[in-house]
Parts: sequence; C-alpha cells; structure tokens
Amino acid sequence: MGHTTALLALPIIIPLLSGALSLIYWRSRKAQRIIGVLGTTALLVLSGMLVAEVWQHGIIVMHMGGWQAPFGIVLVSDMLAASMVFMTGISAVTTAFYALGSVSKRHEHFGFYPLMHLLLAGVNGAFLTGDMFNLYVWFEVMLVASFALLILGGERAQMEGAIKYVALNLVSSAILLSAIGLLYGLTGTLNMADLGYKIGQLEDDAMISVVAMLFLVAFGIKAAAFPLFFWLPASYHTPRVAVSALFAGLLTKVGVYALFRVFTVIFPFEDTFAQSLLIWIAGLTMVTGVLGAAAQFEFRRILSFHIVSQIGYMLMGLALYSPLAIAGGIYFIAHNIVAKSGLFLISGLVYRFKGSYELKELGGVYRQYPMLALMFLICAFSLAGLPPLSGFFAKFLVIRAGVEAHAWWLVATALAVGFMTLYSMVKIWAEVFWKEQEVCHIKPPRKYHGGTRIMYATVIGLALLTIAMGLAMEPLFLIAQMAAEQLLDPAGYIEAVLGVTP
Amino acid sequence: MGTLMAFLVGGLYAAAIYMIMRRSIVKLVIGLVLLSNAANLLIFTSAGMTREAPPLIPLGALQPDGVVADPLAQALILTAIVIGFGVLAFAVVLIHRAYEVVKADDMDQMKDTDT
Repeated sequence: MGHTTALLALPIIIPLLSGALSLIYWRSRKAQRIIGVLGTTALLVLSGMLVAEVWQHGIIVMHMGGWQAPFGIVLVSDMLAASMVFMTGISAVTTAFYALGSVSKRHEHFGFYPLMHLLLAGVNGAFLTGDMFNLYVWFEVMLVASFALLILGGERAQMEGAIKYVALNLVSSAILLSAIGLLYGLTGTLNMADLGYKIGQLEDDAMISVVAMLFLVAFGIKAAAFPLFFWLPASYHTPRVAVSALFAGLLTKVGVYALFRVFTVIFPFEDTFAQSLLIWIAGLTMVTGVLGAAAQFEFRRILSFHIVSQIGYMLMGLALYSPLAIAGGIYFIAHNIVAKSGLFLISGLVYRFKGSYELKELGGVYRQYPMLALMFLICAFSLAGLPPLSGFFAKFLVIRAGVEAHAWWLVATALAVGFMTLYSMVKIWAEVFWKEQEVCHIKPPRKYHGGTRIMYATVIGLALLTIAMGLAMEPLFLIAQMAAEQLLDPAGYIEAVLGVTP
Repeated sequence: MGTLMAFLVGGLYAAAIYMIMRRSIVKLVIGLVLLSNAANLLIFTSAGMTREAPPLIPLGALQPDGVVADPLAQALILTAIVIGFGVLAFAVVLIHRAYEVVKADDMDQMKDTDT
C-alpha cells in the first residue's frame, strides 16, 4: 500500500521540491541547472514506475490526508493519467537538457528553472487529481507558471502575445469555475467518480447539458480547439524556444486530457449533443489549423498552427468514442508531444546558427548542417504521418476508427489535412534546408557560449524516440488500449475510488 | 434572495464581458476582475444559501441538528478568491509592462504577433 500510493504523489511533489530548491539557490546558476536535470530525470523515472504499476495492478488511488472519497481529495491514476505523466516526464527531461545549452544567463536569472518546475507540478497535478475543484487549482498553478515563462525576457512581442494569452486563459478559467459551481449545486459533490455516479441518476437533462457545454468551452479554450484557439498562434512563437517546446508539448494536451476525462467518466457522451458538436469541432480544428499554417512564412508560427491542427485529431479520437478511436487519440497525444517538441527545438537550433525564423531569410542549412536537416526530416515526416514513424500509426488508428464508425466526412478531412501537413513541412524543408541562402540575408554568426552539442543531443533523442514509438507500436498500442478500456468503462474507475460498485 | 443573486451574477457577467471586449487593456483587466467575482458569487448561489445556521456541531453530538449552511462552497470560494487575486496581480503588472513597452493602452496597437 505505502509505496504504491507514494508513487502517485511523487510526480507532483518532486517538481514542487525541485522548484523550491531552485529558489533557495536563486543566485547559483550551476546549482539550479543541476537541480533541473536531476529533478526532471527523477520525475521521468518515477513516472515510468507509475506506468508499470498501473499496468500490473490497474487503477491506483490515494486518499489525501486519509480522508475517504468522496469527502477528501483523491489522487487517481488510471492508464491515461499515468501515461500522460510519463510523457510529461519525457518533455521535462528534454526541456531541462536543452535549456542547459539554450537558455541564456539573463533568462536563468529571471527564474526559468523554478518556473519550469512549477509548471511541471501543475501539469502533473491536473493529470493525477480525481477532484474537479482540485483540477481547477492545478490548472491555475500551471497557468501562473506559464504566464511568467511566456514573458521571460520582456520583449515587445512577448508582452503583446502574453496579453492575449493571459486574457483568454483567464476567461476560460472563469468559465471552468462557473461550471464547477453549477455542477456542485446540481450534485453536491466534486469527486469525479462520485460525480459520474450521481450524474447518471439525475433527471435534469437540460441542466446537465448546460454544464457539459460549459466544460466543453472551458477545456476547448485550453486545448485550443476551433473556434477558441486564437490565443495560441498569437503567443506561442514569442518566448524562448525551450519554453515554446515545453508549452507545445504539454499545455494544450492538458486541456485535451481534461476533455477525455470529463466526457468519459462524468458526463454521458454517446449520442448526445456534445458528441455531434465535438465531431464538427474536431474536423474544423484540423482544417483551420492546417490552413493557417499554410499561410505562414515564419518557422515557429507554422509549427504553432500545426499544434492547433493536431489537436483536431486528438479530439476526433474522443468524438468517435469507440475503444479504437480513444486508444488512437491517446497514442496521438503521446506522439504529438514527442514530434512537436522536437520540431520546436530544431527551430531553436536553426535560429542559433542563422539568426532568424523567417523562411525567406533562411536557407542552406542542409549543406552546412546535414545532421540537423536529417533530424528535421524525421520529426516532420512523423508529424505528417509517414510510416514507420509514430505519426503514421497515430493517424492510422484514428482514421481506421473513423472508417469503422462510417464517419466519412471526418475521415476525408483527416486524410486531406495529413496531405496539407506534409505540404507545410515540405515548405519549411525547401525554404530553410534546401534552397541556397540569399547573400543579402547572411548574417554574422550569433554569439553563443557553447551548449550546441547538448541541444543536438536532445533533438536526436526526440527523433530516435519518434522512430522507436513507431517501431514498438504493439506494446504502446496495448497501453493505449488499456487506457481506452478504462475510460469507456467508468464503473471500474468509480469502484476504485469510492470502493463500491455502482 | 436566490432570484436577486441570480440577477446580480448575471449583471456581473454581462458587465465583465462588456469590459473585456473593450479595446483598452485597463478595461480588459477590470473585466477580468468582475468575471472572477461573478464566478465566485455563482458558486455561492448555486450551492444554496442557508441563513443563520452555521455548520457547527453541538458539544457532545456527532452531527449538527437541523439544516446548516454548506461550508464547502465557502471554502471553494476562498480558494478561488486567493487564486484570482494572485492571477490578477500578475495581470496588472503585465498590462503595466505592456504599456511601457508598446506605449499604448489600445489592443488595436498590439497586433504584431497576430497573423
């Protein structure tokens, strides 16, 4: 009992502790870096153990402070939560190592490391909690850390981006809080398992729909779904690359995770208005994201719009609501965290060598840095969905599920968006890596103090990971399938938390 | 009482959304203040209001006698107030810095990062 439940709390405690330690060593750059690397590595190891534990023993529950559910706050880890925490660990480790090379002294003095740890604690807390209000609190922890990370450096573009990011995310938090208040008034409980049980017994369908819609909007803003995504392309390209990559990997995925959780465990979803709405949202998110990217000529803006487009695939997995679709959606989240972080980190390396993100000004990277070009090719093809990379299987699963559900329009959209993604990636390839750089744009190399090697190493690590995720498809699919089965059978979740069979 | 609160909360939401949609960033923050207060009052109202019945258990008893006010909703609101306060403090500093950097109080002047 003891050490298993401790595994649940540690993914939250370790980042909080590392963050506090980095604050103590505020003046020592070296100590903060060591804590950053050790803390995130410990997080990765522990989250791996958590996945193994859930794989063997099923859902783990921890009653905080010994208060039994539904009265106390519980931490719950089913396979979805555990694998999301594991992906957070991967994202954390790559960011921490990449930051060693890329984050400048000035930004470290602004508190990059403590904020990074706080963000990770918020993300893991949101994944692991089994209480709606606690979920809101973790969302806020994550948001506050992300606000500060976003404006690290204080440039004009960052301020402008941050105002939109802060305003829209606070609106979303207020909607979330209102929804939680109404839900509490309706059921008298906030424990997710208890909610799932009690909502099923309520007869006030209209009110349940209203609350469900509020949650859809609140988490839709956080997940950057159509038509609520405008804060993302306005802000994600402004901070440091290490921060962008961390955001791109994690933040929107927390919103998607919350949608997966709320619409499986708590609210009835199949054949409801929410489902038909989500099918439309998923399709339009894919299309608008990819079209937005096609119109852009800045490296990171293209990637930001692709985050939006990929969110559509994840939502498609939820919207189709079959075991295969949900497993596909979960696998897609994991794949996207790896491939998208990799691409952002590559854009940072290109900026380091060439001093620009504008496609027009760049060129000739393939000739000078063939290894970087190869890494880009792997990550880009993975994003576009070419076999045998992870992106292929991720798309294959959701599209196969769409075919099985006879959702032909959604399938056609997903396929077309896949081609458009390839178009965007080829555009970057042709402009940044292939074409000769025009003489007038060649700038003197930017000054930097080493660290390129470690940045390379993290990018290569992510590229290898996306290959490995494609090659080791079967065990990963089994994990995703287990997660999907647990989600589609909320009775198991409710029993694990409340200890009674509904 | 419930009806009155419903109108109050609705009015606060309306005012908040109106302020958020103005172009001035100061009004944007005022809107966010109103919005978080509206949400807090909504929790307060929807959890049900019980007058003059504090949730206290008499000495020697195991449960309170009769209907008492729900303390959980108030605990939630307290937490939400604290969080809202912290976040708004950040927002105020942010608009101050943004004003210094952009030299304008107008959202229309802040379109550089838009697409």
